[in-house]
Amino acid sequence: MSFYVVQFLTGLASAASLFLVASGLSIIFGVSRVVNFAHGSFFMLGAYIAYSLVGAFDGGILGFWGGIVGAALAVGLIGVVVEVLLLRRLYHSPELFQLVGTFGVVLVVQDVALSIWGPDDLLGPRAPGLDGAVDFLGHRLPEYDIALIILGPLVLVAIWLLLNRTRWGVLVRAATQDPEMAGALGINQKWLLTGVFFLGSVLAGLGGALQLPREPANLLMDFNIIAEVFVVVVIGGMGNIFGAFLAAVLISELQAFGILIFPEITLVLVFLVMAVVLVIRPWGLLGKAEIPHIAARAVGRPFRPVERRWAHLGLAVLAVLAVLPTFAGDYALQVASEVIIFALFAASLNFIMGVGGMISFGHAAYLGFGAYGAALLVRHLGFGMEAALIAAPVMSALGAAVFGWFCVRLSGVYLAMLTLAFAQIAWSIVFQWYDFTGGDNGILGIWPAPWASDSWIYYYVTLGLGLGGLWALRQCVFAPFGFTLRATRDSAARAEAIGIDVKRHQWQGFIVAGAAAGLAGGLYAFLKGSVFPTVMSIPISVDGLVMVLLGGVQTLMGPVVGAAVFTGLKIGLAGETNYWRIILGAVIIASVVAFPQGIVGFVKARTGRGEA
Amino acid sequence: MIYRRIYAAATATAVVLSMVLGSAAFAAEAIRIGEMNSYTRLPAFTLPYRNGWQLALDEINKAGGVMDRQIEVISKDDGGNPGDAITVANDLVAKEGVVLMFGTLLSNVGLAVSDFAKQKKVPFIAAEPLSDTISWSNGNAYTFRLRPGTYVQAAMLAEEAAKLPAKRWATVAPNYEYGKSAVAAFKTLLSKKRPDVEWVGEQWPALFKIDAGATTQALAQSKPDAIFNVTFGTDLAKFVREGKLRGLFDGRSVASILAGEPEWIDALKDEAPEGWIVTGYPWYDIETPAHARFKDAYTKRFNDYPRLGSVVGYASMYTVAEAIGKAGSTDTDAILKAMAGLGVDTPLGRITYRTADLQSTMGTFVGHLTVKDGMPRMINWRYGDGKDYLPSEAEAAKMRP
Repeated sequence: MSFYVVQFLTGLASAASLFLVASGLSIIFGVSRVVNFAHGSFFMLGAYIAYSLVGAFDGGILGFWGGIVGAALAVGLIGVVVEVLLLRRLYHSPELFQLVGTFGVVLVVQDVALSIWGPDDLLGPRAPGLDGAVDFLGHRLPEYDIALIILGPLVLVAIWLLLNRTRWGVLVRAATQDPEMAGALGINQKWLLTGVFFLGSVLAGLGGALQLPREPANLLMDFNIIAEVFVVVVIGGMGNIFGAFLAAVLISELQAFGILIFPEITLVLVFLVMAVVLVIRPWGLLGKAEIPHIAARAVGRPFRPVERRWAHLGLAVLAVLAVLPTFAGDYALQVASEVIIFALFAASLNFIMGVGGMISFGHAAYLGFGAYGAALLVRHLGFGMEAALIAAPVMSALGAAVFGWFCVRLSGVYLAMLTLAFAQIAWSIVFQWYDFTGGDNGILGIWPAPWASDSWIYYYVTLGLGLGGLWALRQCVFAPFGFTLRATRDSAARAEAIGIDVKRHQWQGFIVAGAAAGLAGGLYAFLKGSVFPTVMSIPISVDGLVMVLLGGVQTLMGPVVGAAVFTGLKIGLAGETNYWRIILGAVIIASVVAFPQGIVGFVKARTGRGEA
Repeated sequence: MIYRRIYAAATATAVVLSMVLGSAAFAAEAIRIGEMNSYTRLPAFTLPYRNGWQLALDEINKAGGVMDRQIEVISKDDGGNPGDAITVANDLVAKEGVVLMFGTLLSNVGLAVSDFAKQKKVPFIAAEPLSDTISWSNGNAYTFRLRPGTYVQAAMLAEEAAKLPAKRWATVAPNYEYGKSAVAAFKTLLSKKRPDVEWVGEQWPALFKIDAGATTQALAQSKPDAIFNVTFGTDLAKFVREGKLRGLFDGRSVASILAGEPEWIDALKDEAPEGWIVTGYPWYDIETPAHARFKDAYTKRFNDYPRLGSVVGYASMYTVAEAIGKAGSTDTDAILKAMAGLGVDTPLGRITYRTADLQSTMGTFVGHLTVKDGMPRMINWRYGDGKDYLPSEAEAAKMRP
């Protein structure tokens, strides 16, 4: 019995640090609707800065805690800089566009941290005075854990008091509920948002700094925490700090006890929990139905077929692509094939995001279904390349049908997070089912059929199927089905009122997008010759989002252009320099500031006309 | 106006394209070798490795190169994932025209590149991946592996572990192929030597996401006499701190794979767990002339001490030079022929690439951890030659497809 009590307390200590980081993200999202991808980077910076400060202050209780607080404040200031210089320019951009900018920040911070603190893990000191363990019911419980267990609720109460018992907090809540009215009453929202960002960043920095006695500062901290923090925020209910606390405790305790029964479950547990919670309670444990932000949600204009002058440019690009093998080498052809594949992938994501209005954070799952579908058929049933490429979109459509059926019952960020949860569950199944999928060692030897093994032939296969996929998606957009889907995006209530079955159309949209992504996945498998779980991992989903948003979400060509720019830059830079992340990050930040509607959106706005 | 914009867009596209397509000047006389590793994803492990091969490259070229030609290494970042690594490998082979590739650290990246090597018929020396499937179940005629894999490491630890009185064993390993195969090999080998051993508990934390407190408690709850540990990196640091605080290691033996390698343990400084049985690399105490020469040259050039990765990088480069020298040509078939049974002198002694599975016989060190002058050190160590621990060539050949 005593063992379970100690295990429970251990879970509570983990919950406290998770809560600190999550509460910061939750507050920022609740007020500004910014999905701050850089929150994990702030967490990491908190740990690194604390390491340096605690070292500089030279030990002692004051030095240690001074370093922790100093690090949290320093991260808060970094957050302010990011908000003022970057996010302020993006508040009027399409939903989620800020995600791309903060993704750029993530890349920059990675290289900056590497150049300042070096590649080695930095193990900080233990907390002076709290470096031992106390005997508790015959077990030893670290004193620092006890401190964290107390600190968590204290921070929770402090945030609550700040938001509910101060004038600043009242203003923040007013701005959250009705930004326009708050603005009309003379509240300077700009600095209010900056203040909120400062608070959120301080909490992330504090969470990172407090990890110092438990974990060495290292360069993987940012990506390791970010997904889990999103999960906690969503399970708790976006913007609700009590929910975040509850969710952090729930996740941590399930983790602490789950490993006693299923030690292998840690890989997927948080996502399983999130999927279950969202299916049962669509707005999280303590969340309320989303209040639409009137100002932020500019309804997209309908898509129109492309104008003639753009059609000419498109034809010119096609002509170049068609004759590419006559002058480009094998490597260039492979890169071009990859660009085409990701263009199709991004376009399929845009189909549910831009046309259907459903954001997917887990779109890599469908790329993965296609890739693994093809690879498994080749491996286990001896399929040839041709049959496998036909089967890939079918397999992926089936997967999308299952996931989509649950997802369309939700909306907004909750829908997005459920797609993420499903993608992670699919990923962990692929990752762990060694006998069938090869686990993380993947499936090797998925090369094109002998007749297509020359790079230029496979390039034409990719070009043909890729363009075919893109064309099919375009046809769907301009078909009655596409118009109906857009009606559900722009006003679900009105669409419902004129007799459109909203959920059914959204579900079908999911399936179409899944099939297109699956085709991309099949092509990807044969291009690379092998398939690994990384193909359906979070970074690929994020890449897809960045491509779509960078190109412009309200356009059909946007994702294609975004995919070409992003993939081309990434491959080009990674081939030339080991500092590709900071350059890519800077380019992304510069382009979101320069083109707050995406690249194609910008071109369209400047030329005045020319939809799609 | 419109045309100007289109022109600007076309120029921008051309810039991007030229970055991708632009071909490097082809140096006529140098032998071009391709190299890749996870330099941005895992710099702590790969930068010492890069120093190692750069040191060797300079030595080789200063001594006149191979076949009177200098060696030129085109080094790339593999991005730490198999999909990107294939693009990089294609860059090296199709665009840069390298005659041979070496490198990689992560097992899945190594496997992807080895399959690519087979498809494109390019020799590939997998320098650092630990997964034994590279040599065995996924082995192919173009892929050679330098570093001793999981099996050899586990075998050396099992030999030491069998000498302990401990009967009840628990295991903790990251939840992926490396962790799984290390635990499986250790279990099999120890149970064979000690049929009385009982396996009482296992923990599989996700890689780099260990919930150290809960995992420590859960392990203690299974009341083992000894623990086999495979966690590494930040997981290891967290596990050691929590384990020490909660008394998990009091009165228990621990066998820990690779935990004696400086890149894995030095971050713990004076908190390194004393008494653990580990495989690793005691660079401070190896006094063979070959190693002393390597250590001095490395320390002088980089103002840093060598890690095991440095040795691997150094030995990889010499493998390349020896292979091409023995082949007397840069022709693929000649290189493949030369590589089979090739002997190479390394800082750890002479190694041979076995003919049956193309695995080198590089071994590793096994000993006990202690702390000296605030840094982790191995004591009572000995070098185990890979050839004594690998399965016989006949057995290995049977495991290959």
